[in-house]
Amino acid sequence: MNRYAYFLGCITPNRYPGIELATRRVLEEFGIEVLDMEGASCCPAPGVFGSFDLRTWLTVAARNISIAEEMGADITVTCNGCYATIQEAKHLLKQNDELKNKVNNILKNIGREYRGTVEVKHIIEILDENIRYETIQKRIKHPLKGIKVAVHYGCHFLKPSDIRMHGTVERPTILDDFVRALGAESVDYEDKMMCCGAGGGVRAANLDVALGYTRRKIENMVDAEADCLITPCAFCHYQFDTGQIELTEKIGKKYELPVVFMTQLLGLALGMSSEDVSLNKNKTQIQTFTSKLS
Amino acid sequence: MASKVIRNVTWDFLNEVIQDGSRVFPKEELERLRFCIQCGTCVGGCPSGRISALRIRKIFRETQLGLKETVLSDDNLWNCTTCYTCQERCPRGVHTTNTVRIIRNLAVKYGYIKNNHRRICEFFLTYGHAVPINDETRQVRKDLGLAEAPPTVHSHPESLAEVLKLAEETGFKKIVERTAK
Repeated sequence: MNRYAYFLGCITPNRYPGIELATRRVLEEFGIEVLDMEGASCCPAPGVFGSFDLRTWLTVAARNISIAEEMGADITVTCNGCYATIQEAKHLLKQNDELKNKVNNILKNIGREYRGTVEVKHIIEILDENIRYETIQKRIKHPLKGIKVAVHYGCHFLKPSDIRMHGTVERPTILDDFVRALGAESVDYEDKMMCCGAGGGVRAANLDVALGYTRRKIENMVDAEADCLITPCAFCHYQFDTGQIELTEKIGKKYELPVVFMTQLLGLALGMSSEDVSLNKNKTQIQTFTSKLS
Repeated sequence: MASKVIRNVTWDFLNEVIQDGSRVFPKEELERLRFCIQCGTCVGGCPSGRISALRIRKIFRETQLGLKETVLSDDNLWNCTTCYTCQERCPRGVHTTNTVRIIRNLAVKYGYIKNNHRRICEFFLTYGHAVPINDETRQVRKDLGLAEAPPTVHSHPESLAEVLKLAEETGFKKIVERTAK
């Protein structure tokens, strides 16, 4: 398939539209048509609304999926939270007809129906499976030689593994392979598989706890001499980028590791400028990273 | 101080957790909560446990013992980022993270929702986004050559009405407005 319904969610369009821009540009570069999901809402966030009322969470998710079903296009996402919600909702509705009927009875009130006819693919999967890293490699104009990248997977791309089915959750390589395909180095660092701290409503409920995660992750990445970190998730991106400003304010110590979304890194390797992929709209500085991209 | 010995163990709360969770999850998955033997693998791998006082196994033990109010009113219940590390590692196959989500559903049902979370719900019930757009991002979108408002509910009032109708049908607004006595 070379057309995808782009489910934007909240953080991508409403806080980091640079992620949206870079993703659209990169996919179009490889001949993949990006379709807008008109009238989509919050996914809703799996650990937030899923923690408040699972029934509402599932029903609103089913409505969002039904928009792509009407378009006849599979869904792609740039946020692990959106990925989790859409995939988990599909999983739950597939295994339980009674539940599906109940959800559809509610959807009937707005003239919609969930059928289960489209799939969801994370942007990582589009790059790895549809476009393929080998093809990407052939199109690289500016290999990121000498750049050290700290990879952050985010939790909900990989887990729960019985639904995600991406293999090992302790030692995955799909994002490290991506970084290497672009000519950069993926540095190992302590607690690499640790969460960014934002999920499950913790960022809202207890910012200090959320930033406690972020601080450990960033310090470990800096200790490994990373030039930047990359994420495949808009919410992790938000937590690392905005979180470093919050940490600097709270602790007084300067945190300034550049935060790059995976499609932004790809855009740079394809010859786009940091403005083209809107890295300059980040809150945390990016100069220490961009100055190394000769 | 001597610790309290609990003699009147009741399965009522654990049954309620399983019952509530089975609104969306298969009951047989949730039944595994009975299998928890307090091995502590969950706490050992928990990133939040290094920073906060969240102890997943304690929450599960208290649930097995029927200590409903203790579990539902515990602030640490909200320090789980739902990273699934414990669920992946649980040697008894307990769906730990999903169970936390269900227990939180009950906490909200009984009015223990946090004010900051209620605000997120208000955003959702007003804009259809948990994180709605702001003036700063509108400007960034314009600068980038993107539509000032994304093609989501932000550009479609009729779609927002659909989302709000769903939330009304499920009783979401009433659920999150409850306060504990």
